[in-house]
Amino acid sequence: MIEEKEEQFDWDFKIQSSESPFRLGLREVWSYRDLLFLFVKRDIITVYKQTILGPLWFFIQPILTTITFMFVFGNLAGISTDGVPQILFYLSGITIWNYFNELLTQTSKTFTENATIFGKVYFPRLILPLSKVISNLMKFGIQFGLFLAVFIVFLIRGSEISPNYHIVFVPLLLVLMGGLGLGFGLISSALTTKYRDLTFLITFGVQLLMYASPVIYPMSSLSPEYQQILWFNPLTSILEGFKYAFLGSGIFSWLWLAYSTGFTVFILSLGALIFNKIEKSFIDTV
Amino acid sequence: MRPVIKADKVSKLYKLGEIGTGTLSHDVQRWISKVRGKEDPFSIIGSENDRTSTDTSGYAWALNDISFEVNEGDVLGIIGRNGAGKSTLLKILSRVTLPSTGYVNVKGRIASLLEVGTGFHPELTGRENIFLNGAILGMKKHEIKRKFDEIVEFSGVAKYVDTPVKRYSSGMYVRLAFAVAAHLESEILIVDEVLAVGDVEFQRKCLGKMGDLSKSGRTVLFVSHNLTAVQELCSTGILLKNGRLTESGPVAEIINSYQGSLSSSDFKISFPVINENIRLNDFKIYPQGGGNAITCDTPIFFEMLFENLIPNRTQDVTLELKMMDGSIVFHQAFEFAPSSDSRLGLYRLKGKIPGKLLNAGFYSFKLIFGHNRQYSLLTINELCVFEVENTHTLLGSLFNTPPGTIRINLDFDCTYEGS
Repeated sequence: MIEEKEEQFDWDFKIQSSESPFRLGLREVWSYRDLLFLFVKRDIITVYKQTILGPLWFFIQPILTTITFMFVFGNLAGISTDGVPQILFYLSGITIWNYFNELLTQTSKTFTENATIFGKVYFPRLILPLSKVISNLMKFGIQFGLFLAVFIVFLIRGSEISPNYHIVFVPLLLVLMGGLGLGFGLISSALTTKYRDLTFLITFGVQLLMYASPVIYPMSSLSPEYQQILWFNPLTSILEGFKYAFLGSGIFSWLWLAYSTGFTVFILSLGALIFNKIEKSFIDTV
Repeated sequence: MRPVIKADKVSKLYKLGEIGTGTLSHDVQRWISKVRGKEDPFSIIGSENDRTSTDTSGYAWALNDISFEVNEGDVLGIIGRNGAGKSTLLKILSRVTLPSTGYVNVKGRIASLLEVGTGFHPELTGRENIFLNGAILGMKKHEIKRKFDEIVEFSGVAKYVDTPVKRYSSGMYVRLAFAVAAHLESEILIVDEVLAVGDVEFQRKCLGKMGDLSKSGRTVLFVSHNLTAVQELCSTGILLKNGRLTESGPVAEIINSYQGSLSSSDFKISFPVINENIRLNDFKIYPQGGGNAITCDTPIFFEMLFENLIPNRTQDVTLELKMMDGSIVFHQAFEFAPSSDSRLGLYRLKGKIPGKLLNAGFYSFKLIFGHNRQYSLLTINELCVFEVENTHTLLGSLFNTPPGTIRINLDFDCTYEGS
């Protein structure tokens, strides 16, 4: 009798504990898209508020890093850049690496940095990591513009670089890079809620990971055995592919890109699953 | 009239103490019983959330088997003492946390004013924050745009709308935050103690806005210790006690039984109250001249017996008398060891509150043992809840308490000066 009565009402949602962790609620994320873009706007605007140089900081960081790398790895350590001008080699690596690096570190702070908001208002928690994907993509766009400018200067001056049709695959590489950054970020964001010391491990780990990826050195400078090992790093084929498309040096391997794609899908699904599970209990354990 | 919120057997279990350390074995045991489809071995169903007794199980039911319905357009007051589970209930309704068992069905959007200004970014301007905050609270961009002028006008910060909010005074900040929240276009609004913000004029504005909202057919859930405000704004109410729903119905009845329950023995603190500094053995009050009834006319004696556990310190004890809405009648300190000369052992402190001072109503004592006039050694809230009974006044009757925090007998002198 009572149950029949209940059927008459169309409830909008049900608050209960046993929700399937496989329900991501992407439709709800879509209905909150305005919030998503406001978070992106906040991230972009607040970076340079009350700084002298303002948005110039987006350029200063990659330029200074490139100069440092040129000095330390190019001149002091004498690591080869495969005949590519050092500036271009390092700048290309840094530009795409930064996208991964910042996306991962920022996403991993989702819960710890927003604990107060999460404790008071409900919105789909996935909005925050997704906003980081977009704001970092925009940041990448700006730094990529810097890279393109330098790239064109070298092209006009007739340097030994050979951009090729593989450039059309760059968006795919970016999607993979974003997926990996987001996936790893989601996993670490969930883990840091329980074990805070992981925060330090992540910053440190990403730094180490850079040296285990062909960012500051070309694959060709490694012995074949080491190359074989390095290919198992899902970032390797992306970084090498990116450099090959623009500079003509590096290896564009469809086989290993397929591997990276599979890896990305796996990490992203795992990340989404863990994130989804943690977001429900986070506020009780913070 | 259809229900827009239906809570069915909602319970919430909290783990007490440190979370995440040394509980791997508990986690594993829980996980195993979950996999085997059995009940959580660490939840003891039926035990109440009673903060005065120390529980050894390490888990507490913040909410226990709560079921109620809210109809469209209802203004529901949620009443209960601190720790009764009001905030937990609101958190579940605003989807910040999930119930351990049971469910809540909701029709329409719920927006909560659990604390205004959530998500304000200090570097952003007032304008940018209105949009960001509005979106966090669940509004669409075009809705905020439509309400923008109204929000700015209500907040009264029109001049500074393009200034970063970090340069706002705290009053402006709160006003802007409340303005955004008050203009939410959600079907259900949750309000928790927001009336405490801002200056008096703004508070009146807020109360007015709340009244408008409730008259406009919006469903509002209202939590406050201010019983007058609850009575004024709400039509129905529910009463929570130790995580259980003890009563629901018209708000006047709920407030009545809440006040009645305050003096009952359920809320007595069990002595002694101990920590490493002080052991309070006893605290009692009694009216002058014996008997049990304390009225507006009787002087009240209080007497406490405590044991000091640390010698040679400058120590004081502060007595605070509070009304049930949380407002403080007085707050007075007495230094029993003024110059680093506290001694180990028993102290007895006595005092008297004069008659013809307190108005009728419920009061509670708060006791703070202090060190060097700065540090608190032991604080006990709601130490002793008592009722001051009404006496006849010229205008009031026994059933009608005249307004006012205190009820003193002024010496009037009126002489006829001729025509």
